[in-house]
Amino acid sequence: MGLLSKKDSKLILDPLADNNPITIQVLGICSALAITAQLKASIVMAISVIFVLGIGNVVISLMRNIIPSKIRIIVQLVVVAALVIIVDQVLKAFAYELSKELSVFIGLIITNCIIMGRFEAFALGNGPWRSFLDGIGNAAGYGIILIIVGFFRELLGSGTLLGFKVLGDPISKTGLYAIGYENNGFMLLSPMALIVIGIIIWVQRSRNKALIEE
Amino acid sequence: MAKYTDKNSYTIIFSVIMVVVVGSLLAGVAQGLKSKITLNERFEKMQNILYAMGINDNEGDGDINFISTDRVEEVFAKNIKKQLVIQGDEVTENPEAYLIDIKKEETMAKDPNYQRRLPLFVGEKDGETLYIIPMRGKGLWDAIWGFVAVDKSLVVRGVFFDHAGETPGLGAEIKQRYFMDDFKGENIMDGDAFKGITVAKGNNDPVNENKTDNKVDAIAGATITGDGVTAMIKKDVRMYLPYLKSLNQ
Repeated sequence: MGLLSKKDSKLILDPLADNNPITIQVLGICSALAITAQLKASIVMAISVIFVLGIGNVVISLMRNIIPSKIRIIVQLVVVAALVIIVDQVLKAFAYELSKELSVFIGLIITNCIIMGRFEAFALGNGPWRSFLDGIGNAAGYGIILIIVGFFRELLGSGTLLGFKVLGDPISKTGLYAIGYENNGFMLLSPMALIVIGIIIWVQRSRNKALIEE
Repeated sequence: MAKYTDKNSYTIIFSVIMVVVVGSLLAGVAQGLKSKITLNERFEKMQNILYAMGINDNEGDGDINFISTDRVEEVFAKNIKKQLVIQGDEVTENPEAYLIDIKKEETMAKDPNYQRRLPLFVGEKDGETLYIIPMRGKGLWDAIWGFVAVDKSLVVRGVFFDHAGETPGLGAEIKQRYFMDDFKGENIMDGDAFKGITVAKGNNDPVNENKTDNKVDAIAGATITGDGVTAMIKKDVRMYLPYLKSLNQ
């Protein structure tokens, strides 16, 4: 890669697969279950987290030498909370309906363990550029899983993708519905999200045996 | 040797500066976006009122589709003929009645000297006049609110419900179409007496064919939210009865 050194590109690419925050580190599961009933919500959540974690990591990294160690965690919380409030306000102003749909989950970004985890584990000990890459990488790794889960849940649960009826119309029985296909309402409930994530973990580990723990 | 960042005085100064900086940053953002957010909230109210009177972009039996925000002002102006404020015996027209905060009015009405303002929207759909009544009540976890549209003979023509934080999949279903559509055609009166509409379990009428029983079928697992809807309709629609009855005389 010309733009990034090998070490730097590893920061972005690692969390996408072999060190994925959801499937390997099992962080951020709660929001992955809650908001993935629709693809659109998943994508917005992914973008919001990329924004918060990318910027947050840089801010923490820039302040890493002046943060009083006694109130380190509080400072981190203030930084995430401020960024999350900004995201929330911007969504309310420019994507109101979506913000109603995501409602409490945007606020819950604050409690997303991935964010505090990366602040503590990476940004406090590394420079701003590397922290930025690490933040983007981890948030994107989280986002990818969200989008995969959202894709299957919306497709199998509602028969739509981003609101478009890709499988035909269940009411007037066109497309797949004409031959007796039915939507699986169960996919819209949170437990199925956990099962989908489980399947992703299974697929990932059977492709890369090194990930299997003893 | 302790680093300077470990000192108590440093910690205190740092936190003070941090609070000031973050505080003013957030205040600035909130101020900058405020006008846009208020506008969105206004559009939402208009969409909800229009939805209750059956003006929407619904296609077939699908999801709820409000009139889109770029058209909503125009459609609202066209279909809502009058916005009234009822205060005791006095009825005045007020083009911004839809902005009256029901929650605030409810609180202020606890003061016996205060005459509560009741907003009422008079709409017209397919040549027929509809009266849209705003409501606000309690669900299981938080507030629920909505609008009910009745015609002159006090038959419900449509409703809209929303909630702040009911349980997803259970109480939150009150804002789904299958629940709201059940209210269409129901009577809020039983003869001359006001009865409201009860969200009832086991009323032997699951597809809601009986429109004169003052009952709609409840959502399984959402008893308290359903009771909240029942109570909200009883409490808030009742206040409009004197005015609505006077229309028929």
